[in-house]
Amino acid sequence: MEAVLSWLAPFSDILTPLLAIIIGPLATFAFYIFLNWVVGLFPRKVSRVLRPYVFIGPVLLLIVSMLVLPTIQTVGYAFMNEDSTEWVGFRNFEKLFADPNFGSTVFNNFEWVLVVPAVTVALGIVVATLTDRLGPIRERVFKSIIFMPLAISFVAASSIWRLTYSWTGGGAEEVGMLNAIVTALGGEPVAWLQEETFTINNLLLMVVVIWANVGFAMTLLSAAIKAVPEETIEAAAIDGANGWQVFWRVILPQIRVTAVSVFITVTISTMKIFDVIWGMTGGNFHTNVLGVDFFLQYFVYNNTGKASAVVVILMLAIIPIMIYQVRTYRKQEELR
Amino acid sequence: MSRQTTVLTKIQKFKPGTTLVMLLVVAIWILPTLGLFVTAFRSQSASVESGWWTAVFNPLGQDWTLGAFDSIFGQDWNLGAGFMSTVAISVPATILPITFAAFAAYGFTFLSFRGREFWFSIIIGLMVVPMQASIVAILKTFGAFDKWLMTIPGNEYGDFHILGEYPAAWIVHSAFAMPLAVYILRNYMMTLPVALIEAARIDGASHFQIFWRLIIPMSVPALASFAIFQFLWVWNDYFVAYLFSGKHPVMTYSILSMLGQHGEGWQVVMAGCLVSMLVPLAVFFSLQRYFVRGLTAGSVK
Repeated sequence: MEAVLSWLAPFSDILTPLLAIIIGPLATFAFYIFLNWVVGLFPRKVSRVLRPYVFIGPVLLLIVSMLVLPTIQTVGYAFMNEDSTEWVGFRNFEKLFADPNFGSTVFNNFEWVLVVPAVTVALGIVVATLTDRLGPIRERVFKSIIFMPLAISFVAASSIWRLTYSWTGGGAEEVGMLNAIVTALGGEPVAWLQEETFTINNLLLMVVVIWANVGFAMTLLSAAIKAVPEETIEAAAIDGANGWQVFWRVILPQIRVTAVSVFITVTISTMKIFDVIWGMTGGNFHTNVLGVDFFLQYFVYNNTGKASAVVVILMLAIIPIMIYQVRTYRKQEELR
Repeated sequence: MSRQTTVLTKIQKFKPGTTLVMLLVVAIWILPTLGLFVTAFRSQSASVESGWWTAVFNPLGQDWTLGAFDSIFGQDWNLGAGFMSTVAISVPATILPITFAAFAAYGFTFLSFRGREFWFSIIIGLMVVPMQASIVAILKTFGAFDKWLMTIPGNEYGDFHILGEYPAAWIVHSAFAMPLAVYILRNYMMTLPVALIEAARIDGASHFQIFWRLIIPMSVPALASFAIFQFLWVWNDYFVAYLFSGKHPVMTYSILSMLGQHGEGWQVVMAGCLVSMLVPLAVFFSLQRYFVRGLTAGSVK
């Protein structure tokens, strides 16, 4: 046995993952089959009541133990000290709001939510409308390219754009595209990610997120545009409407529902944005937002209390959207 | 109709203006990524001294090299092991949540039990809760669990533990994916004919049998589109892998460290990104149709 193990040792980098891949899913299947078998042991009357829980039980357990209870616990931590050993009331919140840097963090969050969803949806509509007019090959190629960033990790996206925004200075040749364009036009190269005038660095970070999200908006809006009945457009054309009027008065009203739902989805993801900022500036140079501040408070300053308070503020901002989501769902259910 | 006007209408049909605008948009979209691909094959000195486009404009005057790949797969970064860790997290973290969600979606669609509406509303609400809300508490719970495991005789040194190992990331990924997965799969199952299930019930099939033999095969499109979604998300993830399976550094972790040291030249970071992007891009381009269908099924009705 030991001889076999020592022979296998050099391959452990490959064997451990492979074993993990096989065992993980198999254990899950076995678990469900076992659960179903146990419920079958009960008398018919009891098993009938228990049966649904074979199907939903594990998920309810997962959701309650990994999402609901931890979230409640986090709310508790927000009112405790840095290592969660003592109750401190609202002290974490008071400290946060007394800190001018936190003011800039909240301001940045507002700016993100104001800019990113609107621009993403607008660009999504433009791209979806324009590609819809082109031949099938051009439409497919253009859409694939715009859609591609969705498949890329934020780490790769951060790397790509950090190179694009990079700054050498000192008269050396600029290897970043943006500064190369600026110098080609006769300007001085700028350290873009550190440039705080007019919150340029924040806007440039938003460009990255918009770049990543437009494909998503485009796909949904394009499907909606294609679902607009041809007759409505033809009727408008016969009545003498031009391209603009058809777009504003006929197409736009019919894709409104989709546009709103995309807008909300992007708004939610923008509110809790953190990965791209983390990868590009780490929240420095006044680019911090709540999602990043949480990680800074917890992992850099080791302050569970303040980190949790930041999350609570974030959740308070998200709750109205959550209520809206549940309401729309309820309405949909009534229509079924 | 004269020849001239047919040519004119042909040009009009081609829509040169729209094509031009779109080409411009697409250029903005693809140029940064193109920079990545080019830079990965340049030498260190070249990537520090000149922009990647100089290599594109003068490909023969450039000494192309695979040096960056030697470096990332060598002792310095050991990205090969990182690749395997990423696989070991991604595959189960895709299969597990789909299995869980499929069972639950069946329950929510075809079975009646107390609190069905209540629980489903909770799931809808959880879709928007940021993962930051639960991370700290989960970390503490796993930590406490590992401490408890150490009280078991023979495990005094904590050889057997969960935090830092693959299963921790699987569980957390599954939990975070669950609300959306259940929502999408249930929406899909609602569209399946109930009469078929009732007929099977009358024929004496158990719910377990109906689930495996009837519902799962019929739900393949929805399962596939969610699988692609989840796989890309997990493959590209950094935080869950780093926080919960930290003993097995994944590719995104290594690349972020490379990014922190890009003073050695951009070519190393870009080569790392390139390797990490191969699988997602292959999945994306080969299964794009399912991916798009999944997106549209999620929000457009």
